[in-house]
Amino acid sequence: MTRTWAELLGGEVPVEDEGDEGRRRRFNRLRAGLRKSRESIARGLVGWRYNPDDLDAWEGLEDILIAADCGMATTQEVVEALERRHPRSEEDVSTGLEEIVAALASPRGEPTLDLSARPAVILVVGVNGTGKTTTIGKLASRLAASGRSVIVAAADTYRAAAEEQLEVWARRAGADFVGSSRGGDPAAVAFDAIEAAQARGRDVVIVDTAGRLHTQTNLMEELAKMRRVIAAKLDGAPHETLLVVDATTGQNGVRQARLFDEAVSVTGVVLTKLDGTAKGGAVLAIGNEVGLPVKLVGVGEHLDDLQPFDARDFARALVGVGEAADNE
Amino acid sequence: MFDSLSDKLQGVLSDLRRRGKLSEADLKKALREIRLALLEADVNFRVVKEFVARVRERALGAEVSKSLTPGQEVVKIVHEELADLMGKGSSKLAFAGRPPTVILLCGLQGSGKTTASAKLALQLRKEGKSPALAACDLARPAAIDQLEQLGCQIQVPTYALRGTGDAVAAARHGLEQARAQGRDVLILDTAGRLHVDEQLMDDLVAVRQTVRPHDVLLVLDAMTGQDAVTVAEAFARRVAFDGVIMTKLDGDARGGAALSVKAVTGVPITFTSSGEKLEPLEAFHPARMASRILGMGDVLTLIERAEDAAEEDEQAKLERRLAAGVLTFDDFLKSYRMMRKMGSFKSVVSMIPGLGKQLQGVDVNERELGRVEAIILSMTPEERCRPDLIKGSRRQRIARGSGTSVQQVNQLLAARKQMQKLVKQIGRGKTPNLQSIAAQQVRRR
Repeated sequence: MTRTWAELLGGEVPVEDEGDEGRRRRFNRLRAGLRKSRESIARGLVGWRYNPDDLDAWEGLEDILIAADCGMATTQEVVEALERRHPRSEEDVSTGLEEIVAALASPRGEPTLDLSARPAVILVVGVNGTGKTTTIGKLASRLAASGRSVIVAAADTYRAAAEEQLEVWARRAGADFVGSSRGGDPAAVAFDAIEAAQARGRDVVIVDTAGRLHTQTNLMEELAKMRRVIAAKLDGAPHETLLVVDATTGQNGVRQARLFDEAVSVTGVVLTKLDGTAKGGAVLAIGNEVGLPVKLVGVGEHLDDLQPFDARDFARALVGVGEAADNE
Repeated sequence: MFDSLSDKLQGVLSDLRRRGKLSEADLKKALREIRLALLEADVNFRVVKEFVARVRERALGAEVSKSLTPGQEVVKIVHEELADLMGKGSSKLAFAGRPPTVILLCGLQGSGKTTASAKLALQLRKEGKSPALAACDLARPAAIDQLEQLGCQIQVPTYALRGTGDAVAAARHGLEQARAQGRDVLILDTAGRLHVDEQLMDDLVAVRQTVRPHDVLLVLDAMTGQDAVTVAEAFARRVAFDGVIMTKLDGDARGGAALSVKAVTGVPITFTSSGEKLEPLEAFHPARMASRILGMGDVLTLIERAEDAAEEDEQAKLERRLAAGVLTFDDFLKSYRMMRKMGSFKSVVSMIPGLGKQLQGVDVNERELGRVEAIILSMTPEERCRPDLIKGSRRQRIARGSGTSVQQVNQLLAARKQMQKLVKQIGRGKTPNLQSIAAQQVRRR
């Protein structure tokens, strides 16, 4: 069963009743998104027959994981972990893989999004073009729908028209918007947004930041400063720091996670663009090597295409098992 | 991370007789290392298999030339094969006999199409053309605003059709405007789309058919992983692109996707792009890309970046003084700032062959480097030229001025002395042992 927003947010949230129709539509979209990746993986698994002595078969499994961007080191760990379980049947292989992959993607158990503070501050970071602003738009809309009042802060003061883009999303989500002029100080925008949230009694502040490559030292320093300003303004903030990673990203994703974590202490990963053919296996390597859990996945362009991450679903999509359960 | 393939190959092949032909057995371990290096660089695994097979064929029985070790010989073969493969095919833009030349940019969301469009326009303007931009991304909020703002910055007109979701109409409008205003190149920025989104791919085909571009360029993120082949094949099938712009190469991604895309579509990389600052695109250098993918020192790029960063005469002055074995704090600051301009210290050092390995395990703290600048700037000009002047009370003043401690000032003074020694060694033509110097620095902390 796919994880719900209520589970992700701690279970005490009044989730609006979207009705059977809405629920079905949402689930189908997730499935359609995942199916594309599953189909190509399943194609990879076709002809894969379990035989512990068949080295080619084990190599084939390795190829599937590598093709999903899991990386050599993590792929080998997955395969070795599977070997240690001495699977006796293809079904053992499927469930084994599912469990191993799920444990890697959620290294700290089932992830939650901690928004219990008032206001709760979410800082969103990542390299250029991963979909930070779109993710924030969808997240704001989802949180608003669950009865929370939201302020979005446009602290991407660098990219041309970034503020306009976020403002459109804020309007769609019915969220308040705090911006500044281009070239302004991003930390000041975050500060203003928290102040506005305190004054107006808003529940959540989501801070959008400019995309930056993890190798740009001065920009990473700027991000660390922004985090310090937020922490100084509000005790315990930011309550969540989400790193947005694009599913098409290859092995560089691990470097991204490591350096962003060093700069701003990331609490979770958002895996976007999972509706293409890329499987996003880089998040496994991130979970394995950096220890960061995936919290949300983006499976499409629509407002409700942002979903709580479900490790089992992801594992099934990655290795192409659990087809039967889906055909109901 | 910056461990180079050549070092690894030296390792696995070091027990070989130094001369003679390479045998199948010799090659086995080497080929495994090559496979690993390519996979870590995000080259698609199928492409890796074919490539490794080709290298095996060529390397098997190859004569190790007198001047090289077996490891170097294999590296040379791999490097040549890689550069050859990526370098084949023309990577020049086609220009129309009768202007305007129409260039269509397409790609996934977030690959950097809008920034690349503006950079391409700037480049063409600098080449003496009169380009224009057309905003055909009507999906992403404020995409038109972004392109207009960029166009304004580089003084290139931007044509947009607001209030419509029809990309074909926007493209046609752009072409009409370009003709009417006598622009000789029109660059169309299109919406990002997934290659599996049939409807959006149909839209792109419709735009292509309407404006009949002379060049269709796929914009591809250098960080793309294994899926690059699927994306490239789909775009090739639907819109038959003629070239690739590889973006975000200023990061530390090894960019194996460049090889994957070339291998499955046969289409060459036309340009590369680094950074969000509006600067012209860069021409694609296959040999450099090969080095990057293999994780080998990229001396050429290092040299070029150093040349760009240093002001000509400043560098000459510095070199003269360094040759004489003198290193003032002004020099220290200059070389340090040049280094910052070039990129992070570690990424610069990693480009020097042989040094990447030495630096392993040594953490260069970039923030520490920021402190260096503050301390030096708190010195008087005289102190910077004659560091021996800096005694007790001056140290205290400098520490206060730079917001650091006397201990940190002392560290820097000691570091300068170390550098001075290093400079003298280089002056005498010795290769400095960075490892021991770095270790000393670490201990001192």
